[in-house]
Amino acid sequence: MTGPKAQHAPIRVLLFARYAELLGTNVLEVHLSPGATVGDVLDRVREFPGGDAIGGSTLVALNHRQVGRGAPVGSGDEVAILPPLAGG
Amino acid sequence: MMVLTRVPIDLAPLVEEVAAARRGGIATFIGLVRNHHEGREVVSLDYSAYEPMAEAVCAEIVAEAEERWPVKVAVRHRLGALAIGDAAVAIAAAGDHREEAFAACRYAIEELKRRVPIWKRERYADGTEGWVEGQGVGSREEERGVPQ
Repeated sequence: MTGPKAQHAPIRVLLFARYAELLGTNVLEVHLSPGATVGDVLDRVREFPGGDAIGGSTLVALNHRQVGRGAPVGSGDEVAILPPLAGG
Repeated sequence: MMVLTRVPIDLAPLVEEVAAARRGGIATFIGLVRNHHEGREVVSLDYSAYEPMAEAVCAEIVAEAEERWPVKVAVRHRLGALAIGDAAVAIAAAGDHREEAFAACRYAIEELKRRVPIWKRERYADGTEGWVEGQGVGSREEERGVPQ
């Protein structure tokens, strides 16, 4: 289903609240090799200016569901990096 | 029914949504914007959310409560700019009896605070602002922001 070109399509990364402020944007695109995980996305985002402030225990969602660092990601996926929550 | 709203929350429609002839008890909770946080005077705040995920997680929490107890639950959470005293969140839980109504209402607010991707930025009386980083799953002390 995924051809060689599709494998390098960008992954959309959403940033919120303090993280959006620190990185100066609420959306980034990262390009990763096939077989990449949510942990790889986080490592890449931390390389952006301001990204090193994203804590090691931060919550991550993949397509609207909280996932662990090992979850595989591919083209078309939406990864969201969530600062500590404060609803209610 | 959508959970997130940018207009003031009125409890009456939530009560109406969960009421039924067999349900003899409705427990409600309203969370209001308070004028202080960790000793600082708060003048207003802004709520923002990862909206599609927040809707999905709230629907999940309502479904869990309705599976765990024989209840019907309704939830609203406000987004945008709020003033002191505004309702930020409201929950209504209806059961045949009070016990399950109270339990489901409590469950819904606790899980909402723990799991729903919503963030709060406060403005203080001294003119500064800061993100409030709460008790969400995974939040740790070293990640807490100090108000700027």
